[in-house]
Amino acid sequence: MIKISEVFKTYDNGTKALKGVSLTIEDGEFAFIVGPSGSGKSTIIKLLAAELRPTSGKVNINGYDVGSLHQKEIPYLRRTIGVVFQDFRLIEKKTVYENVAFVMRAVGAPSRVIKKRVPYVLDLVGLLHKQRRYPTELSGGEQQRVAIARALVNNPNVIIADEPTGNLDPARSLELMMLLEKINSLGTTVVVVTHEKELVDQFAKRVIAIDGGMVISDKMGGYYESAAQTSQN
Amino acid sequence: MKAQLRRLRTNLAYFFREGFKNIFVNGFMSFAAMSVLAACILITGSFTLVAYNIGVMIEDLESQNEIAVYIDDTVPREEAIKLEYQLKKIDNVDTIEFVPKEDAFEDYLEELGDDAYIIEDLREDNPLRDGYKITMKDISLHGETVKEISDIAGVGETISRKDISDKLLQIKNVVNAISMALIALLGAVSLFIVANTVRLALFYRREEIAIMKMVGATNSFIRMPFVVEGTIIGFLSGVVSYYAQYFVYKYITDKLIAGASFIEVVPFDAFSGTLFMTVTFAGVVIGLIGSVFTIQKFMKV
Ligand SMILES: Nc1ncnc2c1ncn2[C@@H]1O[C@H](COP(=O)(O)OP(=O)(O)O)[C@@H](O)[C@H]1O
Ligand SMILES: [Mg+2]
Repeated sequence: MIKISEVFKTYDNGTKALKGVSLTIEDGEFAFIVGPSGSGKSTIIKLLAAELRPTSGKVNINGYDVGSLHQKEIPYLRRTIGVVFQDFRLIEKKTVYENVAFVMRAVGAPSRVIKKRVPYVLDLVGLLHKQRRYPTELSGGEQQRVAIARALVNNPNVIIADEPTGNLDPARSLELMMLLEKINSLGTTVVVVTHEKELVDQFAKRVIAIDGGMVISDKMGGYYESAAQTSQN
Repeated sequence: MKAQLRRLRTNLAYFFREGFKNIFVNGFMSFAAMSVLAACILITGSFTLVAYNIGVMIEDLESQNEIAVYIDDTVPREEAIKLEYQLKKIDNVDTIEFVPKEDAFEDYLEELGDDAYIIEDLREDNPLRDGYKITMKDISLHGETVKEISDIAGVGETISRKDISDKLLQIKNVVNAISMALIALLGAVSLFIVANTVRLALFYRREEIAIMKMVGATNSFIRMPFVVEGTIIGFLSGVVSYYAQYFVYKYITDKLIAGASFIEVVPFDAFSGTLFMTVTFAGVVIGLIGSVFTIQKFMKV
């Protein structure tokens, strides 16, 4: 579960990125976080991944309190979440299979388990037949699916995707969203950050709108238009 | 427990595989680092061996630098012999040899050689005294030792070359100081080299490290392969420097023996085991420290 209460985040240079954000995302939910560029979306993600600590307020994820978390506990928090970025962040000199297997090894999984699990998640994202390829031999959409397989492979509670479709064309974007929806239907909480209105409108999901470091709307369905209006008023 | 052991084994295998892989991935850099490191150890080793040989020579000279002790004429022979027990009690005394005045006279005769007839008449009325020849354990205590000997009742006079002791001591100190300075300097250079190699490996793999952190690998897990890499490089450098040392030593000592037969060098075999242990240990320690410190700095995120 994700529970953010009254969170303020001010960067070292004085930028006030978040100004009192509160939101709760239950286990098994699918939620979009939307908002214009610079509104504070990535800052929220970084707080959830304990890359940053809140200036004030509480950030709670899967039972970890990010604000008071000991440095040594951060890796264990991160094992409960899978993060996907706009720029994929695959390792070019590793094959698709190795890119995914490598993160299991990184948390000390035995090779016996790795050999079973990696093909399973690659199959889930529809890339088992390309497991011996290198990232540069794949399309953007395929690369992002590898990134999702990687985020998924350690069996996290939550998948958090920060603008995962930012580098994809509309058809690939839709495919990717459907994949995330499928993953959600298998029981994983999914949080997708985006500013693509059309994409959000095609899914009847919870939409949390952020602007100027604050939650300005939080409801079901294609809301984006109204959010824009709210911010104008 | 069983599962933990299995996990430990899996991880160890991983650390070593990754550590070795790092060495090959940064092949040229690793090779360069190893060569320079081996050279550093070789230079340090060579100088230490020179110092060691000088030390052995000095020790030899020290053992020749005796204190001659003369017993008062008034002390009868039996008493003079008993003085040995008192002399032995002095901490710094190494060897003691009693020299009866008859022997001293013979020695003197021998020294005079052809001129011996001059004193031949004195044999019956030997003017020399009974005495001891004493060597010291530590020549830096020359003055004190002589004083302690002189304080013993019955000891008439001591003759020794404190100036020689002082000179030997001086040489020893200079050689030691140079060795120490060189070891410190080259040690620092070696650490710097290992640190740079590991820093490069870290830089080369920064993406992987970032991803490992993102998925929740612990810092120690991320560090280990780099520590293994640094340690292996250090170990190999030690081994390489040992064999290089073997050839350098053989070459130089052969030349020396051929050129100046009066110089005696310690044969390589006399210290080869110790040398091997020392240089590989030094390599491993430098590799370990160099990599641990570099990573410690790098991982502070
Ligand atoms: N590391 C940082 N240091 C200082 N300011 C930052 C940093 N990261 C983001 N910001 C600022 O914080 C605000 C929110 O940024 P961000 O959370 O990245 O927004 P979004 O992801 O919605 O585009 C922006 O004004 C941005 O310039
Ligand atoms: Mg962003």
